[in-house]
Amino acid sequence: MSVRIAVTVNSKSYHETVDDRYTLADFLRERLRLTGTHLGCEHGVCGACTVIVDGASVRSCLMLAAQADGASVETVESLAAGGDLNPVQRAFKENHALQCGFCTSGFLMSVTAALREGPVRSADEAREVLSGNICRCTGYRGMVQAVLDVSS
Amino acid sequence: MKPAPFVYHAPRSLEEALSLLADLGDDAKILAGGQSLMPILNFRLTRFDHLIDINRIGDWYGAPRLDSSTVTIPTLVRQRTAERDPALASAVPIFQQALRQVAHPQIRNRGTICGSLAHADPAAELPSVVSVLDSTFTVASSRGKRTVDVADFFQFHLTTALEPDEMLTEVTVRKPPPGTVMAFHEFATRKGDFALAAVAASVTFTDGKVSACRLAAAGVAPTPQRLTAAENLVTGSSLTSSACSAAGETASGEVDPTSDIHATADHRRKLVDALVQRALGDAARQGEDL
Amino acid sequence: MMIGAGITRREDDRLLTGHGRYLDDLDIPDALAAAFLRSPHAHARINGMDLSAARSAPGVVAVYSGADLMEIQKPLAPKVLHPDLVDFPRLPMPPSEVHYVGEPVAIVIAENRYLAEDALELIDVDYEILPAIASTAAALAPDAPMAHSGATSNVAVRLVQRSGNAEKALDEAPHRLSEEFFVMRGGGHSMEPRAVAARFEPSLGQVTIWDTTQSPHYARQQLSVIYGMAEDDIRVVAPPDVGGGFGPKAQFYGEEVVVPWVAMKLGRTVKWVEDRQENFVSAMMERSQTHRIEVGFDSSGKLLALRDFVEHDQGAYCAGLQVPSITTATVPGPYRVPDIQIELVACYTNMVPTSSVRGAGRPQAVFAMERMMDRIAEYLDLDPAEVRARNLIQADEFPYRVGIMFRDGSPLTYDSGNFPALLSGALERIDYSAAREFQAQARASGRYVGIGLAVYVEGCGLGPYEGAKIRLTNRGKLLVTLAAAAQGQGYETVYAQIAADATGVDMEHISVVTGDTSRIPFGQGTFASRITATCGPAVHDAGLRMRERLLDTASRILGSDAVTLSGDRVSMDGDPEKSVSLSDIARIANIGKHGITLPEGIKPGIETMSYFAPSRAAYASGAHAALVEVDPLTGGVQVLKYVIGHDCGNVINPLLVDGQVLGGFAHGIGNALYEDTAYDAQGQPQTASYLDYPLVSAVEVPPVSLFHLHTPSPLNPLGVKGAGEGGTIPAPAAIAGAIEDALRPLRARITHAPTTPARVFAAIPRES
Repeated sequence: MSVRIAVTVNSKSYHETVDDRYTLADFLRERLRLTGTHLGCEHGVCGACTVIVDGASVRSCLMLAAQADGASVETVESLAAGGDLNPVQRAFKENHALQCGFCTSGFLMSVTAALREGPVRSADEAREVLSGNICRCTGYRGMVQAVLDVSS
Repeated sequence: MKPAPFVYHAPRSLEEALSLLADLGDDAKILAGGQSLMPILNFRLTRFDHLIDINRIGDWYGAPRLDSSTVTIPTLVRQRTAERDPALASAVPIFQQALRQVAHPQIRNRGTICGSLAHADPAAELPSVVSVLDSTFTVASSRGKRTVDVADFFQFHLTTALEPDEMLTEVTVRKPPPGTVMAFHEFATRKGDFALAAVAASVTFTDGKVSACRLAAAGVAPTPQRLTAAENLVTGSSLTSSACSAAGETASGEVDPTSDIHATADHRRKLVDALVQRALGDAARQGEDL
Repeated sequence: MMIGAGITRREDDRLLTGHGRYLDDLDIPDALAAAFLRSPHAHARINGMDLSAARSAPGVVAVYSGADLMEIQKPLAPKVLHPDLVDFPRLPMPPSEVHYVGEPVAIVIAENRYLAEDALELIDVDYEILPAIASTAAALAPDAPMAHSGATSNVAVRLVQRSGNAEKALDEAPHRLSEEFFVMRGGGHSMEPRAVAARFEPSLGQVTIWDTTQSPHYARQQLSVIYGMAEDDIRVVAPPDVGGGFGPKAQFYGEEVVVPWVAMKLGRTVKWVEDRQENFVSAMMERSQTHRIEVGFDSSGKLLALRDFVEHDQGAYCAGLQVPSITTATVPGPYRVPDIQIELVACYTNMVPTSSVRGAGRPQAVFAMERMMDRIAEYLDLDPAEVRARNLIQADEFPYRVGIMFRDGSPLTYDSGNFPALLSGALERIDYSAAREFQAQARASGRYVGIGLAVYVEGCGLGPYEGAKIRLTNRGKLLVTLAAAAQGQGYETVYAQIAADATGVDMEHISVVTGDTSRIPFGQGTFASRITATCGPAVHDAGLRMRERLLDTASRILGSDAVTLSGDRVSMDGDPEKSVSLSDIARIANIGKHGITLPEGIKPGIETMSYFAPSRAAYASGAHAALVEVDPLTGGVQVLKYVIGHDCGNVINPLLVDGQVLGGFAHGIGNALYEDTAYDAQGQPQTASYLDYPLVSAVEVPPVSLFHLHTPSPLNPLGVKGAGEGGTIPAPAAIAGAIEDALRPLRARITHAPTTPARVFAAIPRES
């Protein structure tokens, strides 16, 4: 069975037919070839697949593409508008907040959504904001600093 | 980790959803926030021929409603919406206290209150939260509507009073009487993990003394467990620290948890002791500010 | 100087914008999806398999059982061998007997992964369940069932390391203490699981294999033997971006054999991307060891003798003895120990095979030794820092021969270091006397605060060799080619820094490519914190030679020996008017003119190559200090303060070295407090999702005060050592020491890593 969906991804609208069980993550990666969204666990814990749907950060592995019908989705590919790194991306780079980079897109989307809600004032708050995503490489220090840098 | 095939239904009204449920029964599962359902579908630990996605039955189901005496949380209220609703937080603060300990914002952005209640994971926070409140579950099917008291709703591990053709449409909570304070304390291995044990407390003070107390523990039984002996012990007291610790000890004696790889039964009993002390201590501090 | 500069990474822009090139992100047109059926039993005989339903399922192209692919059922050889090793063949996809839950038994090739997984459910396997072994204790028990049918023992090998006569020295020592320690299983958990894709090009007779491996040349060599193909016909490419390695991706697996073979058989492109469910039950793990350790010492706390009996869980097969060998060589650590005896028994169990995971055998050794240093201090009522200081090898004792052997085959010799300065630096930064005062005050008010220390050495920079090639491209740029493959270490940045200094050419004109067997013939791989110390000198040497070639060619063109290189130009007497660019040089010496004789003296083809083979392993070292508070009611542990002193010799990029150490530390915190891969007695995994196996988030990793010493290694011209594992190795020991110290009034004994809340709770004696 398949479903027709109309979805806006990174300000571009798409009309697609998807399999009922196709996840949003696979739709973004395979159908739209937006491969910056990664799959690390497919059970909602690692956060590598985090994207923003209608303004809220969500796990794209736990959402069906069919459920995104009518929604507006933002992925990591939307962040560097015009080709230049945005302030969050720049802060990640300057603070060596990424190594293998596989988890990075998810972190960027979680941080982007969190910063839209308000500034992050302390290292503890920054750790809280980052805690819904897992990074195995960096030990998080650079990311905590990056979040504080962007917020100040 | 791709789900087994299913037919996806996206009803546009409650009636349509209920009629689908009536037709499909056991072969169908309601998809609300999906934060518990999707992982087990991805793992292929479970499968359903049909998923009924209720996310499009109407915005009306997505916002808490408050009146002078009750708070009603309809079926599509996201956990994050509830967490950030100032009116809800002031009327029944334990929702916000507990929700901040539920997983992470990315999960709470999709996950719903009613979804978590209907899933009835005994280690989850929300079933124990509603267990210390005067809460009533409204359950609908194409046969009609009925209400279920919280005491009858949770029946066993992942099992509720819901029949296969029924859906939880809202949970209604009576606003607590004046002088009521609430606290939620849990112990989890890692931030956002399921609790090894958790304790929800609602304490009403009258003239500096506890006139009513409700305590419920999560993670120690197949359903949320009211800690009635501990409740009785502190009722009438002024909730001194010795009363709190006596309640903790009593509570640990009235639970009969099982052991698993994360904690032994003894450990969980001790956690209940500690968490009851913390929750009541927290309540006592709030009581001083009344 | 670019060496030593903490510059940001070149890799970052693509990774931050979602344009990374991880295996599953690559455009590999028309790739079919593969999925493996895996054994649900820890030990079983396969009596039959019915593939018919799966073969006719929608979208299925092919299904093979192990028995269908007998031509590739050849053993995957252990990496490090020993003559006494009793080896059981690890077959790519065993046709008749499985030995752990998760072992692949069949493969489905379908149009997409969804359909492939559907077909897996239609395969009917007739298993005859056999008794399983799920711990070394069970393996060694009298009358234990055999992990492999037909075996006469579950012992893979027994080894002994000896220096002096430990038994006698123990007998004669004024004091002796012993204890039993347990370190549990833990995994690598790279955020990107494993993946392999393959395409056969019949016109070339060549198979191209994309593989998330840490060791593409090693994989090619194994495949060449198994397939009976020339190595030149097998191209193994580790994609430019691999989402973490940490050891498990340095191993060679059955899936890496089966997927390309099936692609060749079908004449179709096939891609397998491991999901997390598979990763939990099939990627190699590490750590599980039991140590029964005994120390003899005098009344001043000086070590006189050390004896350790190590039980090592090899898992279902021996992927090599590297990990237990490293353990046995790491137990004495930074301390002078006159008499040493370390006995190892490695056992087969019916669990996922074990091999290196970040730390690789060292955390277990450090755990046992450092816990005993704490016990000596307690026994003699001495300060644990003082007991350590009295035993440390001093800065003027290098090279220091321990008296036993290292896993690289050489006598265990520490090349350089300054252990006392590491320890005193760590004590200073944790403000040791103030911390002790704080502890006393906390105790007085009923709180449980403790301090833990751990000093360690880390054999790194192992041989046999690593290589680098530098070519002046026809566009006038320098291209550095490494055999080594990166998984986030920043090779494109680091090796451009080294090449810039060696050649004198600006970094902007230098690019680095990695991990493709078709670009460079020989290599070993990224493991054992070895690349900086092996590839670094190779790049440097190739760079010096390149500089010579460039200057020589330019001076022939310009007709002067007085030439200088700056940016991407070589000029005569510093005069920009009289200069040639690298493009000019390439045009003359590389591109040439068809059929026209080269100008006199110009040597064609500007490319240099160098291999560096270290004489033996270098030794990095460090000291950690932890201040923790324990809640005896819940078993919860909070790290209040943490200090890392780290010495990896000279540093190429301090920003990246800090990243390595802190990332390793996060893994160490996981090993210290959280990560525990549990199996039940029947060998069924109990922690096969991130709900049951907690990886640390930003909240669990405490802030760290990090300092460095830079004691150069004399073993390579750059004076560098490895940095990838030092953050991990001592953390479980330091944290466990701190917890036991905190709970000393309650007489709790901390003998397990990780020290989970459950274990803290269990460690506290309670009145019955």
